[in-house]
Amino acid sequence: MPEPSTVHKHKLANGLNIHLKEIHTAPIISHWVWYRVGSRNEVPGKTGLSHWVEHMQFKGTPGFPASTLDKAISREGGVWNAFTYLDWTTYFETMPADKIELGLRLEVDRMNNSLFSAEEVEAERTVIISEREGSENEPLFKLSEAVQAASFNSHPYRNEIIGDLADLRSITRDDLYGYYRQNYSPSNALLCMAGDFNAAEMLHRIEDLYSAIPSGEIPPLDVQEEQHLGEERRISIKGHGETTYLLLAYRAPRASSADFFTFSVLDSLLCGPSSLNMFGGGGISNKTSILYQKLVDTGLATGISGGLQATVDPYLYEITATINPNHSLEEILAVIDTEIEKLQSHKVREEDIHRAIKQARALFAYGSENITNQAFWLGYAEMFATYDWFEKYLENLEKTTPADIQKLAERYLARGSRVIGSYLPRKGKGAK
Amino acid sequence: MKGLQNGDIKSLPGPDDIGRSELPNGITLLSRSNFNSPSVVMSGYFNAGSIFDTNEKLGLGYYTAVSVMRGTQDHTFHQIYDRLESVGAGLGFSASTLTGAFSGRSLCEDLPLILATLSECLRNPVFPPQEVERLRAQFMTGLAIRAQDTSAMAALKFDELIFRDHPFARPEDGYPETISTISPQDLMDFHKKHYGPRGMVIVLVGAISHPEAVDLAQTALGDWQNQDQEALPSISPVKPLEEEIREHIPLPGKSQTDLIMGVLGPRRASPDYFAASLGNSVLGQFGMMGRIGDVVREQAGLAYHASTSLNAGVEIGTWEVTAGVNPKNLDRAIDLIYAELNRFIGEPVTEEELADSKSNYIGRLPLSMESNAGVAGALINLERFQLGLDYYRRYPSLVNAVSVEQVLETARTYLHPEKMIVVSSGPPLIKKRVKK
Repeated sequence: MPEPSTVHKHKLANGLNIHLKEIHTAPIISHWVWYRVGSRNEVPGKTGLSHWVEHMQFKGTPGFPASTLDKAISREGGVWNAFTYLDWTTYFETMPADKIELGLRLEVDRMNNSLFSAEEVEAERTVIISEREGSENEPLFKLSEAVQAASFNSHPYRNEIIGDLADLRSITRDDLYGYYRQNYSPSNALLCMAGDFNAAEMLHRIEDLYSAIPSGEIPPLDVQEEQHLGEERRISIKGHGETTYLLLAYRAPRASSADFFTFSVLDSLLCGPSSLNMFGGGGISNKTSILYQKLVDTGLATGISGGLQATVDPYLYEITATINPNHSLEEILAVIDTEIEKLQSHKVREEDIHRAIKQARALFAYGSENITNQAFWLGYAEMFATYDWFEKYLENLEKTTPADIQKLAERYLARGSRVIGSYLPRKGKGAK
Repeated sequence: MKGLQNGDIKSLPGPDDIGRSELPNGITLLSRSNFNSPSVVMSGYFNAGSIFDTNEKLGLGYYTAVSVMRGTQDHTFHQIYDRLESVGAGLGFSASTLTGAFSGRSLCEDLPLILATLSECLRNPVFPPQEVERLRAQFMTGLAIRAQDTSAMAALKFDELIFRDHPFARPEDGYPETISTISPQDLMDFHKKHYGPRGMVIVLVGAISHPEAVDLAQTALGDWQNQDQEALPSISPVKPLEEEIREHIPLPGKSQTDLIMGVLGPRRASPDYFAASLGNSVLGQFGMMGRIGDVVREQAGLAYHASTSLNAGVEIGTWEVTAGVNPKNLDRAIDLIYAELNRFIGEPVTEEELADSKSNYIGRLPLSMESNAGVAGALINLERFQLGLDYYRRYPSLVNAVSVEQVLETARTYLHPEKMIVVSSGPPLIKKRVKK
């Protein structure tokens, strides 16, 4: 087992942060550019801007016209993609090591020179609406969107990242281009790279490419974080099909809070371990988690999962259950409440915490096989904390005590401070 | 033509770093070492797919595969998962038409545990009635969800129409009415007849040497025998289509319509495979989903996804176009796709298009194997399709040998727009489509 290689960190005069990690196990480089902009930056009436700008970043610059970008990457045997999230937007290319120059030139070019032609904007409007319609086909998307909206009073986290349909119909080319110019600049970006290169040479090349780009000014963001709901809100959606879903949402701590690590252990115990890997690695089954045993093993539900997201501001901890049609939603809710009450009134065993930490360690090992995933890790934690958050993740999990879990459950999983969302099959004609 | 450098080719799996051994009971073991990460991936298959299912009990092979971890002679369901999850390891079973399959991963120190668990689940499952009932409830929920999934429903209907009375026409996870008839005794009988070492393949990739892998596999499974194990039945060819068939599966309440258009394609072992595969890349893969993606998504803005796939199996293959479109754009999308297919069989792709796809195929090969799971998949393919241990080293020359004329000839052999299956699933159609 080789020693973990050093992460070289630099900051250019124009504010661009750079993280480089040499990995020489395969002739591959994965290159990422992260921007601190996501749906958290959006205002009512303009939801979906971040995601749409991400799409427009594939629509060409004077140097790389729209139709040439995908082909150029594919021709070199590379893969590329982009993701928009609550707090960030990121672009990556994983390429044969000797072809990475193309990825470098594409990213520096589209930080500053994307065209946003009116024609491309209109064509992409229907593509994005089509993407949203594909999601709307899923009952859990509809339920999640409604629960998310009910979980915040005004914080932008209440909006689906893809945006509201009415906004997607009304957003203009100028809205998109203005948003791009405002948020895409070196001072709002982080460039990360892992793979088969020499860090000193690569840094020199990155400096050559980026140094001339003006820093850019990032306007301060006026977002008020929201604490616990302080009440129980219930929402219900009816739709086609035969399957009932329950989605519970509690306020979760921001990722940079010490509570977040304790929450990760609690989630692992309650619903099963979650992975920080975006690429590869796979997950671990959750069949010995508390709620699987109490809900699925007993036949009350046919599936259970937990979801904790690493975010800048406090977001949500979600528990999703797929209900066995022979049982009621209230039965499942009662069991979940009973199990949460146990966590609030009794300390869990030390050995259960150790088990959760071993699972997290295994998931880290699985994720380290993959260079694309290692490059992802270099930037991910910086979007809501610092890279240190990632490096000390296991160490922080290990600090968790049974008393911490108990206090956390009391503080965050209160019955009177949550959203209870349900998706119920519509009865009658055409319900099937 | 660009190609991999010599050093890059050497980094791909080849005869000098793939271990392949046959255990005396008929199990084939392949392994490749990677000591850069302290983990191991395991995957494999065995001859116990849904091809053995009767129509009345369709789903039996799949049900059996998923049930083997629900309790064995030595451990309960909870004990099995407690041992695995306690060390962050994973193991799972599934089945397709021809084979049962398994996959797992663990830290290398825990590999003996997942091999031992694999062994007891394959050899000594007990199918506890209570667990079988729990699984049935989960399957029934899964099938109810499938019935509301436009993509899954279109795919089911497509297979039914293209394969008709052939085993591949049937979904391996069955239907609610067939799953409801399967008893624990059925599972035991299926296991007794079809689970055995003959034809089984195990692949191990990660922080382990081949001799260690052989020792561990031999310890876990070397003494397994099953005199009752049935051989795979011979599979008859699928009859070619004689006309276009269009069908729509209405699912009220949906926002999008999923579309599949397709024909029978080459088998993986066919000499046409590389020409068809590269042609498919030009048609619906390269860049942003090739020519089809360019026309349907980029130019017309009709879909978020519109692409093609060549699905070449051991026995059969299909060549498909898939897209997700707004219901009102369905006819227009079909027309645009037909126009592209006619162009594709009407004239050769350009030398530049073919060169681009060749370059993509060769350049992306190391990327597809950057993880242990990627390499494990590559080794499974070597064995399943009998490609030879030097296949990935020969791959660049196989790709480069294809000409534009071969692509056209292959396209004309398989793609007959007047004899396609066209299936859609989404909101009910407003105007009645013509059903031939």
